[in-house]
Amino acid sequence: MTNGHTDLSGSGLTLGYDRRIVSRDLDVSIPPGSFTVIIGPNACGKSTLLKALSGILTPEAGTVVLDGKELSSYPAKALARRLGLLPQTAVAPDAITVVDLVSRGRYPYQRMLRQWSAEDEQAVAEAMAATGVTDLADRPVDELSGGQRQRVWLAMVLAQQTPLLLLDEPTTFLDIAHQIDVLDLCAELHEQGGRTLVAVLHDLNHAARYATHLIVMSKGAIVAEGNPSDVLTEQLVTDVFGLQCQVIDDPETGTPMVIPARRRARSRELALDTRVAS
Amino acid sequence: MTVTHSPAPGAVWRRGRWSLLVHRRSVAVGLTLFGLVVAVGLISLAVGDYPISVPDTVRTLLGNGSVDTDYVIFEERLPRLLTALAAGAAFGASGALFQSLTRNPLGSPDIIGFTAGASTGALAAFLLVGTTLQFVATGAIIGGLASAVVVYGLAYRRGTTSYRLVLIGVAVQLLLLSTNTFLLMRADVLDAQSASWWLVGSLNGRDYGYAAIAGAAVVLLLPIALLLHRRCLMLELGDTSARTLGVPVERSRLAVATVGVGLAAGATASVGPIAFVALAAPQLARRLTTATGPGVLPAALMGALLLSVSDLIAQHGLGEDQAPVGVVSSCLGGAYLIWMLSRTRQGG
Repeated sequence: MTNGHTDLSGSGLTLGYDRRIVSRDLDVSIPPGSFTVIIGPNACGKSTLLKALSGILTPEAGTVVLDGKELSSYPAKALARRLGLLPQTAVAPDAITVVDLVSRGRYPYQRMLRQWSAEDEQAVAEAMAATGVTDLADRPVDELSGGQRQRVWLAMVLAQQTPLLLLDEPTTFLDIAHQIDVLDLCAELHEQGGRTLVAVLHDLNHAARYATHLIVMSKGAIVAEGNPSDVLTEQLVTDVFGLQCQVIDDPETGTPMVIPARRRARSRELALDTRVAS
Repeated sequence: MTVTHSPAPGAVWRRGRWSLLVHRRSVAVGLTLFGLVVAVGLISLAVGDYPISVPDTVRTLLGNGSVDTDYVIFEERLPRLLTALAAGAAFGASGALFQSLTRNPLGSPDIIGFTAGASTGALAAFLLVGTTLQFVATGAIIGGLASAVVVYGLAYRRGTTSYRLVLIGVAVQLLLLSTNTFLLMRADVLDAQSASWWLVGSLNGRDYGYAAIAGAAVVLLLPIALLLHRRCLMLELGDTSARTLGVPVERSRLAVATVGVGLAAGATASVGPIAFVALAAPQLARRLTTATGPGVLPAALMGALLLSVSDLIAQHGLGEDQAPVGVVSSCLGGAYLIWMLSRTRQGG
């Protein structure tokens, strides 16, 4: 299942919806075996890039290549055995139970007369154990808390047993404890399962703490990438997010930690800026 | 053979490389509904102006009846019953497919215009081309497919949302209903009279020819619907999840919609646009099975039960006067719809 690393890259990507172009001529490469995190301000195109990398969005131009083959040339189920996606908003069917939802992750391995093999059963059991939802197995998903629900969706994607896992803002709508919980789980999956993970995150400090490779996007383009300690600087945060800040060492992990400047300090800077501009 | 229990979303049957997954409650509900359908069927064949006892009815069905019971059952009552069962099953299955596809209880073919489209097609064929069954049936199928193409075409915008589809479907339905009225007003009085009887939905005078149309829809399309069941389950997770789990989303949706329209059109051709069976049957079945997914088979059995019970009431429950079955099913279904909508509002 997760043996060997997976090579995912895109080149010359032009991405958009209908006629609205979000990114033009974008090149991106996900280091095999990495936990890559994509950050950037709202509407910078990070989710769009993730959609293109997962094959949900067809590029207007350019190609996404997975293990030497174009993404679009994979048969649907074959692709689903290599690449899993946790979408930003996933809606569970009414009254579906946890075990039922997690089992849906096995679809790429199933056929008309092979609906529930021993491997399916084992994969679902492992996925529920890894995400700590085994005890919830027979509960309806819509009765669960937000944190539990996110774990269940993650379990579904895990049951898919793909060496490559893409996560679109997996921590949105969760309180801080559950955010850390989900990210710790992702880190575990990355370290123990040998999976390649790509996640879109909003919180810069979380990104810095968990990513082994950081991609920073702005206005549809990749403006910086690399090790979080090298990439996440005061200058970059100011340039990309328009936020005055200090970057210090995270006392817990030593990774970069962004401390936004005080409001008064920021408004003084702002006043200075406008005076210079006028 | 091994039967395992956890963790699986149902009962598992395995032998060698093959394995099947069965939802236990759906099987129990299905068997119960089947028993009820058989019971209602026997009662329908037994009661009437010439009452036959149930044992005699069974004996007749097994080929040991008298000349009289043979005539009453095989010539008068059985074709009507078979038409009701087949059309009910087709409506129920069609409703289940579309409600699953639109992820909306209101997304059933009798609400979003496909049944109306089939009736417009049938009516146009009946009034403008010829009154024989073949013309009516062909017209219904063409009309049903055409309305589906129009509704999907208008609702499509990089994928369809169920809300959009239902609203556009309702609007198209209204246009089609006024088209039907227009066609009736232009028609010859006698033609218009028999056509409007058909438009309410009726089982009067249904011979084996009518039973065969709905029956063919059920025999040909229900197995395909069952083959598409697992894809329907996946489509209910939403387009994004379904696609990343390896489902060819657009192709599957097209297949499900085509089968659903075929079932609705076949049923409409044989009994007219009977309202609410397609809407209510899948919902009622689902409440009993508590399963996710379309639940095509329980919905089909529930549809057959609803329509045969409605016809039993229409024939014998209203005193001297016979009502078209569509009137009875509309009353039952209308009450159900009001109940469902009022509950939904409380919930939301």
